[in-house]
Amino acid sequence: MIGIQPIDQYARDISDEKQASVIDGSSKGTEKRYHSLHQDYPDPDAIRKLAASIKDHTLHHLGEYLAKAEESLTARGVNVHYASTDEDARQTILAILRQHGVTQLTKSKSMAAEEIHLNPFLIENGVECLESDLGEFIIQLDGDEPSHIVKPIIHKNRRDIAKTFVREGVAADYNDDPETITRRARVFLREKYMQAQAGITGANFVCADTGRLALITNEGNSRFGMAPVQVHIALVGIEKVIPQEKDLAVFLNLLGRSATGQQLTVYTEFINGPRSANQPDGPEHMHVVFMDNGRTDVLASNCREILRCIRCGACQNVCPVYRQASGHAYRSTYGGPVGAVLSPILFGSRFPELADLPKASSLCGACNEVCPVDIPIPDLLLRLRDKAKKESVPSAGAIPMSPFATLATSPSLWRTAMTMSKAMNHLPIQVAPIKPLQDWLGQRTLPDSKGGDFRKWMKTHQADAARAGKAP
Amino acid sequence: MSRAAIFAKIESATAMVKAKAAYPEYDLSIVHSQPRLQGADLWEIFTRNFSAVNGRAMTSVAELLDFLKQSSQLHGYCDPLLYDDIGAQLAAAGLVVETEYHRDRYDDYQFGITRASGAIAESGTVIIDDDRTSHRLAALSPWVHIAVLSRGEIHRSIPDAIAAFGESPNIIWCTGPSKTADVEGILIEGVHGPGEQIALVI
Ligand code: SF4
Repeated sequence: MIGIQPIDQYARDISDEKQASVIDGSSKGTEKRYHSLHQDYPDPDAIRKLAASIKDHTLHHLGEYLAKAEESLTARGVNVHYASTDEDARQTILAILRQHGVTQLTKSKSMAAEEIHLNPFLIENGVECLESDLGEFIIQLDGDEPSHIVKPIIHKNRRDIAKTFVREGVAADYNDDPETITRRARVFLREKYMQAQAGITGANFVCADTGRLALITNEGNSRFGMAPVQVHIALVGIEKVIPQEKDLAVFLNLLGRSATGQQLTVYTEFINGPRSANQPDGPEHMHVVFMDNGRTDVLASNCREILRCIRCGACQNVCPVYRQASGHAYRSTYGGPVGAVLSPILFGSRFPELADLPKASSLCGACNEVCPVDIPIPDLLLRLRDKAKKESVPSAGAIPMSPFATLATSPSLWRTAMTMSKAMNHLPIQVAPIKPLQDWLGQRTLPDSKGGDFRKWMKTHQADAARAGKAP
Repeated sequence: MSRAAIFAKIESATAMVKAKAAYPEYDLSIVHSQPRLQGADLWEIFTRNFSAVNGRAMTSVAELLDFLKQSSQLHGYCDPLLYDDIGAQLAAAGLVVETEYHRDRYDDYQFGITRASGAIAESGTVIIDDDRTSHRLAALSPWVHIAVLSRGEIHRSIPDAIAAFGESPNIIWCTGPSKTADVEGILIEGVHGPGEQIALVI
């Protein structure tokens, strides 16, 4: 077929087994996530908007808050480093490890570390570096890439994992019972935690007022990774800063619910310094590496709202394109709607190569509706399509996607289409007389369109707010 | 070098933002979950929410002893400061209770009794910090972790617990036992940390 986009190629080539795992894993728990917000709060949208405005405020004053976070951390005996690029970050971390004589460490799941491909680099440089999150551990054993922000092995089933364990010597015999798999990993990783000299983590939030890093896991791996070791290194994207500890209440309540339908993730750690003098366990040295790696380019772009992202994975779970194509189809650390916006700008030099991602969306708006920080992902995708057009980035797939592109570049046409899409739920659109649309639909099952309910909601909300005399 | 470069880039990027967002003044009651906060007594609210995340709330050492015996967790660690109140009773009933944690024998400890610094009623969370915990590892490596707290240490809501952070460089909230759903979305408890999280009030 002429002009097929890389992401469509992935969707076409994905094995049935892998696709079944991804569809099952992303749709599972959707209701639970929805209810955990709606049962607990009369107006979850008010909290999403609040979170968005706290993030926007911080991003618009990032210099101030980052400097403040640095000052707070330094005052508590934490060494603060900065890394402009992925290479800077890798070298900085390696230098810290060498300084402390570290040859073995465990690492708890961090998207920032994924982004700079830290593991293979450290291993090449003679440092044994083991992922401790169960999913990431399996990814590492397989030499694979995570395909979901929260559920890295969403694309694998228990049989794949049981085979890996035998092949890699984690287990002596094949057993695909999930509980047995988990127990085997427990035993294997404990020994590694105890042998390690350092723990590497990311951070979900950094409070500028006290420097406190908030770190969440369900498994307790980051907590374990840091209990027996002397050195803690946290690799943190500069956009993770929030103004004050008080704001944590807003973000933590949203993050657990949006990611997994939990009010709080099991382990929420708050760290702003080496262990207390009276505590026998825990790091004596703490380093925080603040990393840019393209974030300031995103901040300078007209898609800066994507930096609000708290990496909950909700947009991936609801996205019909993600479900069909899998996270790997996005060919970068961040898959799904968030990745379709973030990756082409964050990894700016790869823009032409990733320019198909913003087009791989039906703009159904589901991602925006579930996003806990209210990122207008469909709008951002349009801005990126526009950028590609302006920069005349040649990309496959321009023809098949063109009906969408036409709709998408005209707000009034788009509104009409969104309203009509509700009617389309009842029409056999597979037989609509648009050839490229048929090709495209041939590979996908569309979810029922909600017909732009969120847009409507937003409008009423703005009108109400205007009546009440406040800015929306 | 990196520092100056990053701050310069941030400066030029944020200078381009015409309408800078103000910090939103807000009331933290917006994140209070009323259904979860229902009830008058904080221990009762805590117990309800803690059970919902598969934690076990206990009010006596006898109850703890029963549980440990039934689940055959007969060898463990107890914070020396809690030995007289708790550890001694378990030892008297025949359990092996050590008051020193030896890292090289981490597998020997089936339970660990340590002091919590508080709890959160709204979320069913046990709070552990560096200042009150005798050994981070003793609260982590055993299959059963018993966090000991007093009723007066329960915070009503998540924002209240944040406001009470204090100076400890390391605070951990434990909302139920360690768990994963990485393998086909199936919930398994006891991944790296405890498979049983107990809150014992004294
Ligand atoms: S864009 Fe929003 S929904 Fe998607 S991962 Fe980020 S915070 Fe979650």
